[in-house]
Amino acid sequence: MLLLIFLSSGLFLGWSLGANDAANIFGSAVGSKMIRFRKAAIIASIFVVLGAVFQGRGTADTLSSLGAVDALAGGFTVSLCAALTVFWMTRYAIPVSTSQAIVGAIIGWSMFAGLPTNYNVLTKIVSTWVSGPVLGMAFAAGLFLLLRGFLRRTKIHVIKLDSYIRISLIVAGAFGAYSLGANNIANVMGVFVNAAPDVFLNFGLFTLDGVQLLFLLGGLAIALGIFTYSERVMHTVGNGILSLSPEAAIVVVLSQALVLFIFSSSSLSAFLMSMGLPAIPLVPVSSTQVVVGSVIGIGLVKGAREIKLKALGEIAAGWVVTPLAAGFLTYIALFFVQNVFKLPVFSGKVQGTPIRPDTITAVAENATEIDLILPAILAMAALAIIILIFLVFRQQKLRLKTENELLHQQNNYYQAQKTLSGMEVTAVHLENSLLSQKLETKRREYINIALNISSQREFLQSVAAKIDEIRLVGDQQQLLEQLNDLSLMVKQKMNFSDETEELYAQIELIHKDFRQKLANAFPDLTEQEKRLAVLLRLNFSSKEIASLMGISPKSAEIARYRLRKKLNLGKGESLTFFIQNL
Amino acid sequence: MFLFKHAAKSIELIDNFLNIIDQGAILFKEGVRNYLYGNRENFLSNLQTLSSLETEADIIKRKTENLLYTQSLMPQLRGDILKLLEELDNIIDLAKTNLFQFDVEIPFIPAELNQELVKLTELSVSAIESVIPAARAYFKDPESVKEKLHRVYLYEKEADKLADAIKRRVFHEMPNLKLSEKFHLRYFTLHIEILSDAAEKTADVLSIMAIKRTI
Repeated sequence: MLLLIFLSSGLFLGWSLGANDAANIFGSAVGSKMIRFRKAAIIASIFVVLGAVFQGRGTADTLSSLGAVDALAGGFTVSLCAALTVFWMTRYAIPVSTSQAIVGAIIGWSMFAGLPTNYNVLTKIVSTWVSGPVLGMAFAAGLFLLLRGFLRRTKIHVIKLDSYIRISLIVAGAFGAYSLGANNIANVMGVFVNAAPDVFLNFGLFTLDGVQLLFLLGGLAIALGIFTYSERVMHTVGNGILSLSPEAAIVVVLSQALVLFIFSSSSLSAFLMSMGLPAIPLVPVSSTQVVVGSVIGIGLVKGAREIKLKALGEIAAGWVVTPLAAGFLTYIALFFVQNVFKLPVFSGKVQGTPIRPDTITAVAENATEIDLILPAILAMAALAIIILIFLVFRQQKLRLKTENELLHQQNNYYQAQKTLSGMEVTAVHLENSLLSQKLETKRREYINIALNISSQREFLQSVAAKIDEIRLVGDQQQLLEQLNDLSLMVKQKMNFSDETEELYAQIELIHKDFRQKLANAFPDLTEQEKRLAVLLRLNFSSKEIASLMGISPKSAEIARYRLRKKLNLGKGESLTFFIQNL
Repeated sequence: MFLFKHAAKSIELIDNFLNIIDQGAILFKEGVRNYLYGNRENFLSNLQTLSSLETEADIIKRKTENLLYTQSLMPQLRGDILKLLEELDNIIDLAKTNLFQFDVEIPFIPAELNQELVKLTELSVSAIESVIPAARAYFKDPESVKEKLHRVYLYEKEADKLADAIKRRVFHEMPNLKLSEKFHLRYFTLHIEILSDAAEKTADVLSIMAIKRTI
């Protein structure tokens, strides 16, 4: 538990490393949407952990030989101070590298413990800081030339090329993540190596010792950083500094991966030594600086259009400022931890000689061995089953989703069809009602014509009867009177012209209900009175009614009065109001 | 790998699309010639085929768009590629519309202009025919796009000159024509010439795209 508390500063450093440096590997790919973030994060995490566990030892040994921090509280303080330096400098937008901070912090610790700094190792480290970006630049330039030549010669179709590039980005990214884990795990966990548990886990296919377990923990912290925080950084970096063409992105990632790999591979170094060549210094280098070097390398090939001297200057400044700041901070912090919290920050043993890689391995050999072959097999089997189930479920889900989509589409289609049919039906209904209205009007007209004909007939009969009657009258005076009556009758009839009849027919059609109600409520109204009522309902004035009905305004007034009587209206009641509200 | 399947599909679509544009240009040329020499039946058949090709080009363009976006192929280049397809589609659209104008308006064209109008059509169509290999080269060999494009510019310039000459001749040397007929002829000269302008616009788009792709 205490170990975990002390480790926390290292884990924090690991988290920030994951958050920031994963963008160097997958930034361009994710920023340009060639690869989705989730995929990139999963690949980066897996390979960072693998690199850390299986190839992280070399660089950790170098850091140990610079100053083997041999007390947990010391390791904690060194790691914390490096993390704080990185954090502060990042906040003030000074490009900073974890590697340089941790080296400065270790030197601070050595000075505090009164141990001599191994200048040989220090020179080796600092020279690597310079040669890392330079090597990156050279690799990038070389690889870029190769790739360009290859693409020009092969003339691959751009769309097919896109598919190849995607796959290459994933492969190069995986390699980059592996190298990052291998090279930079020492920054995260290097100072805690001496506190590694003395265990030895045997998984059958491979074995893990205490140091590797420690690195596994650090790797997981980096992975956590990648998952929780690096997406934003990837988008920022991918659309900013690393906004490269996909081809250039592959070159940058690959050259970065190569540089980090070279500076962390002990087997490569051993191979070179066996060939009689000088060994490669296994030193944690800053991936960001290598990336900047690589981008400049590509820029050089393309004709040095985009080299920013400012970026170079900032990197060089980082080589000096970061270690100084971290070392100074560590020195002060160690003083506090030792004198205020009373915790031992170094063991006090004199360490003249740096720890060799084999010393750590020797420790591991003496450790208790825990056999984990069976659990490992079981865990793998369980994992395989889980993955299988997951795949089957996903397949199912995808199929259901497709089916759903199809159904949804069909449904949409039917809905559209239904709406269309509905609209057609409404249109037909509308047309029907229009037609029936027309039909009704016509029917009314015919009825009116028929009625008209019969009333004409009646009138003519009455005229004939009158004439017969007049013929029998002997008195001249009476004859004249009767002839006048007859002439008046005929004139009155003439006033009801066809147009008026037409008007009444139309009005009656519109106010069909009204006439019905009127007839039901007051069955003894004459036709003339009904017409008057209809005209009143239409809000005509007495004068207008008079002219419409072919009578004098006086007669219209009288007709109104008679209607009032027949409708049984009292003194205060308005005739118009009554009729309009019937 | 689904990725490769989709890539192969979109390559096929784009190839088909370019073929259609090429055929459309030939049909336009034939159509104008048939109109000028009074082969009404052949003209109508050219028009029919061109119209169906145009529809097909639209469908393919939409399919390609869909594929590139839904499968998120080439996130950095697809905008450019779709713009190129748009420009090429515009050419066949114009060809169809313009040939339809012949059918609808039935312009009166004096026989002495036939020769020149045929030549103008050939120049315009040559501009289109030269832009298509350049478009194909963009996908496989962007370095060679530029050297293929110079022909487009040449044909466009020649077409411009010839169209100018025709219009000048119509307005200055043909007093027997009514003003309305002169206007009509001017419009139809423009209808033919405008195809070379569309080809030139495509060439401009292509040359910038090629520079972007040259690494």
